Amino acid sequence: MFACLYAPGNLALLVECAGYFSPLIEETSPDTVTFDIDGLQWIYGPAEQIAAAMQLRVGVEASLAIASNPDTAVHAAVGLRGMTIVSPGQEAEVLSPLPLYLLGGSPEFARSMDLWGIRTFGEFAALPTLGVTARLGDEGTHLQRLARGAGHRRLRLRADPQVFRAARELEDSIDLLEPLLSLLEQMLSEICGQLRTYGRYTNEVRLRLKLERAPDHKTALCLPVPMLDAKVLLKLLQLELNGRSPQAPVEKVWLELLPVEPRSTQHGLFLPSSPVPEKLEITLARTRALVGAANIGSPELLDTHRPDSFRIGALKAVKTPAPLGLRLAFRRFRPPLSAQIWCADCGNPIKVMSSLGGGRVIACAGPWRTSGDWWAGTHWERQEWDVEVQHMGVSRVFQDRFQDRWFIEGSYD
Amino acid sequence: MEALLGSLREKFGFRERPKGTLPSVAGAIPRGALTEIAGPASSGRTSLLYSLLATVSAGEEFCALLDTEDRFDPTSAAAAGVRLSQLLWVRCGGNVEHSLKSADMLVQAGGFGLIAVDLGDTPEHAVRRIPMPAWFRLRYAVENTQTALIVMARQMHARSCSACKIELSRNRALWRGESPARLLNGLEIACIRTRNHPERSHFVIPR
Repeated sequence: MFACLYAPGNLALLVECAGYFSPLIEETSPDTVTFDIDGLQWIYGPAEQIAAAMQLRVGVEASLAIASNPDTAVHAAVGLRGMTIVSPGQEAEVLSPLPLYLLGGSPEFARSMDLWGIRTFGEFAALPTLGVTARLGDEGTHLQRLARGAGHRRLRLRADPQVFRAARELEDSIDLLEPLLSLLEQMLSEICGQLRTYGRYTNEVRLRLKLERAPDHKTALCLPVPMLDAKVLLKLLQLELNGRSPQAPVEKVWLELLPVEPRSTQHGLFLPSSPVPEKLEITLARTRALVGAANIGSPELLDTHRPDSFRIGALKAVKTPAPLGLRLAFRRFRPPLSAQIWCADCGNPIKVMSSLGGGRVIACAGPWRTSGDWWAGTHWERQEWDVEVQHMGVSRVFQDRFQDRWFIEGSYD
Repeated sequence: MEALLGSLREKFGFRERPKGTLPSVAGAIPRGALTEIAGPASSGRTSLLYSLLATVSAGEEFCALLDTEDRFDPTSAAAAGVRLSQLLWVRCGGNVEHSLKSADMLVQAGGFGLIAVDLGDTPEHAVRRIPMPAWFRLRYAVENTQTALIVMARQMHARSCSACKIELSRNRALWRGESPARLLNGLEIACIRTRNHPERSHFVIPR
């Protein structure tokens, strides 16, 4: 089943209405929208009730037709005012009084029809098929099939927009954050509504503010998971703008949301709970504002022997085999603590002094010499010792071979 | 006993705590409560914490570490079995207030199996300045959740706010072999775990 809405000059409204009922939408002409409504009978009931729901939804005066194929629905909607339901098998009868120019076709076809005195769908449909084919060729056969309401074709589906955006130009510029957030709330709920219509979420929000006598203020939020909650997005924008507010009054606002597929996760009853992504993202944004963006995340080890090499990544559940059990942990001083170390003739450390304190070395193990990155400009070379220092604990000390200085790298704990 | 608890619950409207504990070498660590781990440097506090993080992350739960003094070593944690991708590491740059605020926000966000606040190298005077209401706030925030909240410091500070206290001290460092082929083999630790009454134990942390 297909439905067609026709209202001159209201394409955007028609598309929005159609999007509420179906994802499969064709913009047939600048005044006409056709869409697939198969399955809606399970929600609304018979075709009459579906049509009534559509008329309520569309909100403007529009012709509406429901038929078993798209072309019949289009011709009925354009040619007949109001609501038309074409039952299967009655297509030719319903279309028969329509004027023939609605069928379209080439100028030669229109001239032939004029010469033959054919004015309506019904008169053209009644002509013998073989004769029409012999005189008008493939075009005539195709158009006669349409006139009989027997056309079959697929919808030429409209592509989803690449970006969902909204813009507001302000009569009086805004210099406070609260009215700006109120405006953003309206814009977000509008765009989220559009995204919902298309069955899409977003993973990137871009905000651009035109400022008075200052360069534009641009902000982008990259979300780790697709979201569609306008309140969450507003909170994230608020936290971002709190941390980096515009430097001058705002004259115009552009807001863009990039559409992505919605996230689909199957949760198990017996799986451990994990943080709710929206709530977690807001918490992380708040924590980021507190400690700085570079200081929060999930550590990822780098493939190098250089000590303390890692980068900060995103939090995610990855099943990696890891040995379980109690192992001696290391606490690392960042940066390494400068120390004064006395060594015996054999080279073993015998006394350690640093800003943390110091004392006599009770036992030690080493040295272990390591080096790397000699092929790059970041060459490092050192020798390490594990030392147990009186009143201090068990630490790792190293001598930087380039600087010829001693450091405490951290402690075993 | 269950029937009695049930009738008391009905009468006084008790909120039932989520059950569950985390196993550790120092005894079970309760979820939905604040646990304190205290001890001087090289007393095995960090090893115990990493083993708990490893247990939680192995169970496909997320955990968070509020690293007040930036002492976390990812290499050592990975070797102890911590799944780093499931660990949220927050470096607080020596600011105790940021550390506690972040812990509070993460507890409120919910869904974490373990949240640890590392105050192990924070100067004692800074930790002692944490007001009691801050500890109470953390205690009530974590109550009735499946999160185990752990605070690691040199001494106990949360008083009655912590449901479990684990005090560690180093008996001795274990060395193997003779110089120059000597190796650090581990630490021998003495532990006093106090929940209802003190329990003493000893264990060895191998390298």
